[in-house]
Amino acid sequence: MRRTALAALLSHWRRHPLQLASLLLGLALATALWSGVQAINAEARASYDRAARVLDQDRLESLVPADGQRMPQQVFVDLRRAGWQVTPLIEGRWARAGRAVQVYGIDPFTMPAGALPEAVGESGDIAGFFTPPGRGFAAPETVADLEGAEGLPPLIAAEGIMPGILIADIGIAQSLLRAEGQISRLLLAPDQPLGRAPLEAVAPGLDRMAPQETADVAQLTGSFHLNLTAFGFLSFAVGLFIVHAAIGLAFEQRRAMFRTLRALGLPLRTLVGLLAAEVMLLALVAGIVGVALGYGIAAALLPDVAATLRGLYGASVSGSLSLRPEWWLGGLAIALLGAGVAAAQSLWRLWRMPLLASAQPRAWARASARGFAALGGLAALLAVVAVIAGVYGQGIVGGFVLLGALLMSAALALPGALALALGAAERLARGVLAQWFWADTRQQLPGLSLALMALMLALSANIGVGTMVASFRLTFTEWLDQRLPSELYVTARSEEEATRLRDWLEPRSDALLPIWKIEGPVLGQTAEIYGVADHRTYSDNWPMLLGEPDVWARLARAEGAIVNEQLWRRERLSLGDPVPLPGGAIRPLVGVYSDYGNPRGQVIIGIADLVAQFPDLDRRRYAIRTDPAAVPELRRALVQEFGLPEDSMIDQRAVKDLSLRIFERTFAVTAALNVLTMGVAGFAMFTSLLTLAAMRLPQLAPVWALGLTRAGLARLEVLRAMLLAALTMVLAVPVGLILAWVLLAVVNVAAFGWRLPIHVFPADWLWLGALALAAGGLAASWPAWRLARIEPATLVKVFADER
Amino acid sequence: MLLSINGLGKGYDSGGARVEVLRGVDLALEPGETVALTGESGSGKSTLLHLCAGLDRADTGRIEVAGRDLAGADDATLAALRRQAVGLVFQQFNLIPSLNVGANLAFHARLSGRDDPAAVAALADRLGLGGLMARYPEQLSGGQQQRVAIGRTLAARPALILADEPTGNLDEATGDAVLELMLELVAEAGAGLLMVTHSPRLAARLSRRVHLSGGRLA
Repeated sequence: MRRTALAALLSHWRRHPLQLASLLLGLALATALWSGVQAINAEARASYDRAARVLDQDRLESLVPADGQRMPQQVFVDLRRAGWQVTPLIEGRWARAGRAVQVYGIDPFTMPAGALPEAVGESGDIAGFFTPPGRGFAAPETVADLEGAEGLPPLIAAEGIMPGILIADIGIAQSLLRAEGQISRLLLAPDQPLGRAPLEAVAPGLDRMAPQETADVAQLTGSFHLNLTAFGFLSFAVGLFIVHAAIGLAFEQRRAMFRTLRALGLPLRTLVGLLAAEVMLLALVAGIVGVALGYGIAAALLPDVAATLRGLYGASVSGSLSLRPEWWLGGLAIALLGAGVAAAQSLWRLWRMPLLASAQPRAWARASARGFAALGGLAALLAVVAVIAGVYGQGIVGGFVLLGALLMSAALALPGALALALGAAERLARGVLAQWFWADTRQQLPGLSLALMALMLALSANIGVGTMVASFRLTFTEWLDQRLPSELYVTARSEEEATRLRDWLEPRSDALLPIWKIEGPVLGQTAEIYGVADHRTYSDNWPMLLGEPDVWARLARAEGAIVNEQLWRRERLSLGDPVPLPGGAIRPLVGVYSDYGNPRGQVIIGIADLVAQFPDLDRRRYAIRTDPAAVPELRRALVQEFGLPEDSMIDQRAVKDLSLRIFERTFAVTAALNVLTMGVAGFAMFTSLLTLAAMRLPQLAPVWALGLTRAGLARLEVLRAMLLAALTMVLAVPVGLILAWVLLAVVNVAAFGWRLPIHVFPADWLWLGALALAAGGLAASWPAWRLARIEPATLVKVFADER
Repeated sequence: MLLSINGLGKGYDSGGARVEVLRGVDLALEPGETVALTGESGSGKSTLLHLCAGLDRADTGRIEVAGRDLAGADDATLAALRRQAVGLVFQQFNLIPSLNVGANLAFHARLSGRDDPAAVAALADRLGLGGLMARYPEQLSGGQQQRVAIGRTLAARPALILADEPTGNLDEATGDAVLELMLELVAEAGAGLLMVTHSPRLAARLSRRVHLSGGRLA
């Protein structure tokens, strides 16, 4: 019995292959976008974990200088002599000619058992590891990236090392990092001998740190991944609209079949069970396809995500994707869950449907029209939730609740709003054809409402995210112009060379501005502390978000510090609050400046102040103010005079280009997801129109019989779809703008720590509107083409079937 | 007794008022007996048929089909009864649109576990459907569809056939031919037939006729 009934139920799909394709494709696309995002997140998290495990830093305690600077290697010697089981570690960034790598220098003889990277131990050539030129171990992709780079030791590809990291002997690493005789930290072996001298007595000024909580970077990037997840979920929701529409229509089309099956003796429970099994079977097939597509999407987007995470957070993420069981099982589960949610309403209706209920699908459509009022009520409720979240919500979660409620409210309110607009148009229409057109369009709304809601979500998201990105781009470009006023930036290879450079450049430039910094703990977090010269370059170009009138003068007098927006927001600072610097000095906060794209806190004090407190700081970097036209000549002169390599100098234009490239890659993922979501919404329109086309014949046949041509009817069908898309676009604009405001003023502040002004770009809306019109027109063109070519006999049959 | 109805009552709420459609209907039908049920439009003929098939529930009275009391039977029991003992022929045919003629003919028989492909093929030939087995319902005329609907019921070999104006959508000649065939096949199977019809001419061809009026059988 079950097999026979199931075969009958499934036969519907054999006779409606396009409907089956739309259901499978809708669910597959939804699953693909969701699981693609999840794959990216899973890969990033795995990368963070791997980064955390580098050299067992997630397991071993460490000793670090309290001032955040490097310490002399002698400290290591002293501690070993005093009985401490420690091993030295130096870390730093090596960069040359646009290629960079994070270098870790280790001592293979004192590394605790198990902490030595497997590849180093297994190489069997420890002497080759530490004897110059040494060996550098790195992930295969890192080795490939660094191929041909000058100055590095011979590289050996080793699996299991985080990409972007190079492990070398400490002596080799010190040389690479130009930090001879210095180390960054000391790792403590788990078992220390008893009776050793106290730490303070042997090496004062060191802090004992717990094993590196690697989740630092995970926490930092958490909001970014939440952003991605939210986008993935939005895409999934849009996809579910298609699935819901396809399943709902399939159920309605089979109402007569359900009634017959029950009349012929199939129990209701069995029927519902079989339909649920059918949905799950289809979901499984679509889920498998979706997971495969998701893998492709993730593989395509991951390099951009990796670039984003590196650019925004300094987090290193592998650019290649692994197939993780938890990920693809999760993808299948979400497909099953999504299909279950989409089918739940239809199954519930069937469960409640009286056996002798009408088998007419159109009755369902009319019932849906009555449901617009209920949808409107739900939309109002969600709008209230959005307002409450906006007023009382906290942080990124509050922002996303606001976003979710706002988008769903707008989507649910759409059919009612469209019905009102179409009703008004119908009342205003004069000609009989126009009146019929508006009335008929209103009658189509129930069948199209889900697809239009999906389009609304996609358009709003597009406007919102597009406005955010465009606002960001404009602000960022202006900010770069202000922030990078110097024409040329130069880094000497040694302190001695820096001194000679300074003497040579001073008479040949308008101004020579030191770019000196140290890194150290500020308010519990590692921050960069820069020194600025007392020069109008800064006072003329650096606007303050808030600050005292004589900010720059106070910095020059060592009477204050300014911090970037990120640190200011994170620590909720106010002007006048004390800013404790590494080493113990405290300066009052006198200003706050924008610092887009920097994940870390930053403090600026006067250059003299910085030198006084940190006399050993690196003084090799300078910004040169000169006539922009003189820059190429100056570069040539520096090469001739000092033999400076090209990558020691970078001009303003190159820095800006690099920053903008990072910026563009940062939002490439968002743009790609935006386009995919729009594609899904367009597909929803297409499938809905195609499915409705067959049900439309009884409505169109009388109009045809009364004198309208099939081609004329087809043109009206296309016009109708474009009109509905245009109306949806008009309603999506205000929703998108609110979305943009929430993203800029709430979500971005919580996610990145900075707030951006909103800029409106109406030309972009026109373009998007044209895209929506094209999507509507294209979606309707195939059903319209079929209508234009339909046999008159088919239309006549409508009358023959009338009873 | 194949069908036994005693004191059957059924009413509906309509516009706030209660309309009693059936008021104490009594009817009995033996195996092999064919009964025509006539009456005015809205007199409750279809309601009576639906109650007999367990598609709806009576307010009062008692219905027994093949010795089974329908009162208090749950959905699964009623479904099993329709599957095994009752065959329904609808005025609107109610074929499965996505199955071809062959699959539609065998459908009820397969649901009831009495599928016999040879018998279905023979039945199709007798119904004049032998050359249409691969076609779909939408490709058939009304008379052909009704023959498929009758064949679907007969192929399941139910003890009781309930037919609701089975020829109501057909022209007179086609209707006569279809009824002739149905009566032949019912007689061969020894089944009981309760058929709703408006036509006194068709009703006269059955072994007995009952008329429903004012909610009661006359």
